[in-house]
Amino acid sequence: MAFQEIALNMGPQHPSTHGVLRLKLNVDNEVVRALEPVIGYLHRGMEKLWESQTYVQIIPLTDRLDYLAALSNNLAYVLAVEKLMGLEIPKRAQYIRVILVELQRLASHLAWLGFMANDVGAMSVLLYSFEDREDILDIFEAYVGARLTVHGMRIGGVPFDLDDRVIGMIRGALDGLPKKIADIEKLLNDNRIWLHRTRGVGAISRDDALAFGLTGPTLRATGVAWDIRRDIPYSSYEDFDFDVPVRHNGDVNDRYLVRMDEIRQSLRIVRQALDRLPDGEHLVKVPRSLKIPPGEVFHTIEAPKGELGFYIKSNGTDKPERVKMKSPSFINLQSLERMSKGNLFSDVVGILGSLDIVLGEIDK
Amino acid sequence: MTGLTLLFDVLIPGLKIAAVILYPMTMVIVMIWMERRVVAFIQGRLGPNRVGFQGILQPVADAMKLFFKEDIIPRQADRFLFNLAPVLVMVSSLLAFCFIPLGESFEIKGYAIELWIAQSPVGLLLVLGLSSIGVFGIIFGGWASNSKYPLMGALRSVVQVLSYEIPLGMTALTVVFFSRSMDLVAIVNNQKDAKVWFGFLLPASFLVFWISGIAETNRAPFDLPEAESELVAGYHTEYSGMKFAFFYIAEYAHMVLVSSLVVILFFGGWLPPFPNVKALAFLHGLPGFAWYLIKIMFFLYLYIWIRGTLPRYRFDVLIKLVWKWLIPLAVLNFVIVALAWYLL
Repeated sequence: MAFQEIALNMGPQHPSTHGVLRLKLNVDNEVVRALEPVIGYLHRGMEKLWESQTYVQIIPLTDRLDYLAALSNNLAYVLAVEKLMGLEIPKRAQYIRVILVELQRLASHLAWLGFMANDVGAMSVLLYSFEDREDILDIFEAYVGARLTVHGMRIGGVPFDLDDRVIGMIRGALDGLPKKIADIEKLLNDNRIWLHRTRGVGAISRDDALAFGLTGPTLRATGVAWDIRRDIPYSSYEDFDFDVPVRHNGDVNDRYLVRMDEIRQSLRIVRQALDRLPDGEHLVKVPRSLKIPPGEVFHTIEAPKGELGFYIKSNGTDKPERVKMKSPSFINLQSLERMSKGNLFSDVVGILGSLDIVLGEIDK
Repeated sequence: MTGLTLLFDVLIPGLKIAAVILYPMTMVIVMIWMERRVVAFIQGRLGPNRVGFQGILQPVADAMKLFFKEDIIPRQADRFLFNLAPVLVMVSSLLAFCFIPLGESFEIKGYAIELWIAQSPVGLLLVLGLSSIGVFGIIFGGWASNSKYPLMGALRSVVQVLSYEIPLGMTALTVVFFSRSMDLVAIVNNQKDAKVWFGFLLPASFLVFWISGIAETNRAPFDLPEAESELVAGYHTEYSGMKFAFFYIAEYAHMVLVSSLVVILFFGGWLPPFPNVKALAFLHGLPGFAWYLIKIMFFLYLYIWIRGTLPRYRFDVLIKLVWKWLIPLAVLNFVIVALAWYLL
């Protein structure tokens, strides 16, 4: 009996579309024939909004882009503004930024791990990884008072110096996390069902990945060793010794493995930064009403989800004329159709999960 | 004397009929509570612990809530089948409990009381048959909703239940070889006479039966028909209120049924363990029903444990598993047991 192709709408209200994403699917029984992501349900007009805000006022708004990695958004924006101003940041502030952003990467990857595992049915992992993520959110809470939308960067540095209590908490997390992560890996790495659901699923070739402009762990899982932290260092990343994890199959399992390795590398970076934390200022004074001479700038960082860039055009006033954001999730999501076509319907959920998208960043 | 006879002839069957409905229901309540608590502990949470002692009344509170909820029937649904489906699912799993012996029979004033409603020479066949009628409820529910997610859930369910019934039946048959009867009471009594539970004689049968049983009840890791991350809630996505509760209760009742079958076929039903060890004779002090409960609780706990640990299978792998592994294994097992029985 031949099945008729049916159109199936996944979302915007659906348990596993990671927010308000709608997928228009054409399925032939269980096999996906066509897929189209429909975005924009979370559009808040961020880029336009920024044109009416001062440079300083924009920083807390960037928290709401990739809300699982607020500090990374902060950093990308702040670095772009500082580059435009030609501002030199004290070494201590740069190190604290690295510590915060790497902790944020840990938090983001752990949240991803939970969602991803939940998408393929391993629901306990969600709770375990969120419990581990809690350690990091507690650090943020102790540092700036917020947990999710952390407003932890300022133009010219970071809002507070790291005090002993926060440093103690970070060291505690550094000591505890490797064991906890190893426990989670024990549940998944050699699990036959997990391997069935991830190995060879949603594979994308190296060339396709580059053509799509994929970045972040999704790109590194296809065998391209491209990491802005290492290749175009910013914020003193050149001081630290870390590896760029690379896998070669480009499937869901490789994306998982790359992220798990990145978690370990991030722990390494944080440990080095804490050990070598230089003395000095954590914030340089910048004028309260910040007027930036006309010019334009583009700066990217390696955010947990991929390359996050800000283009800022200044017209000499205290508000930017135009801000454009290059969001990694937006670009990575485009490859979903290529990865899902011909796969089974249930794999779409796993592949979508493996891309690690956040709709706040896609819809802006 | 006639009064007493009347009492036994009318009251006792009446009580038993009430029990066959109340017993699965009670087990379902305990099971829902246990599942939520145990999964919570596995995941480092507390789970429901407010309503009643340790939250034991939480399922009752949930049922009350569902009872008062609006009953929505989608406009495009086939009303007759839509309403029939939950009933069918519920009735089939409750009816099967008529044949499940809960304990050994005992006598009060010379009147034998049996802890089962019906004893049939083909009891095993009837239970398996009745429990698979439930799949019609799933198909009807998925089809009548006139919605895509329930339909896909129902399609998956049909394929899954039909496939897994083959190894289930094949392995149940190996037990029949030993017991020479399909009567569930006789099967237990045979294990008593043999002084060994069939599960130890037929480990392969037990394993295949248990795995197929999990798949048959649509539970993790085989819970594809209601795979939350893809199909929202699967075949009962469009159901609300008490009709949804029927599906929910039936699923748990089905789990209790499959666990009961495993215990009866492979682990001696109500028999106490270690009948041969003199030092452990005190174990016989517990009534048979208690032993039966302890055993099925163990298997029900396994259900929860597995759910808390494993990811979900994908559809094609699930079907590959049954056709490439479980069915050949079941057939091989069947042939070996048959040969062994014939030659020895």
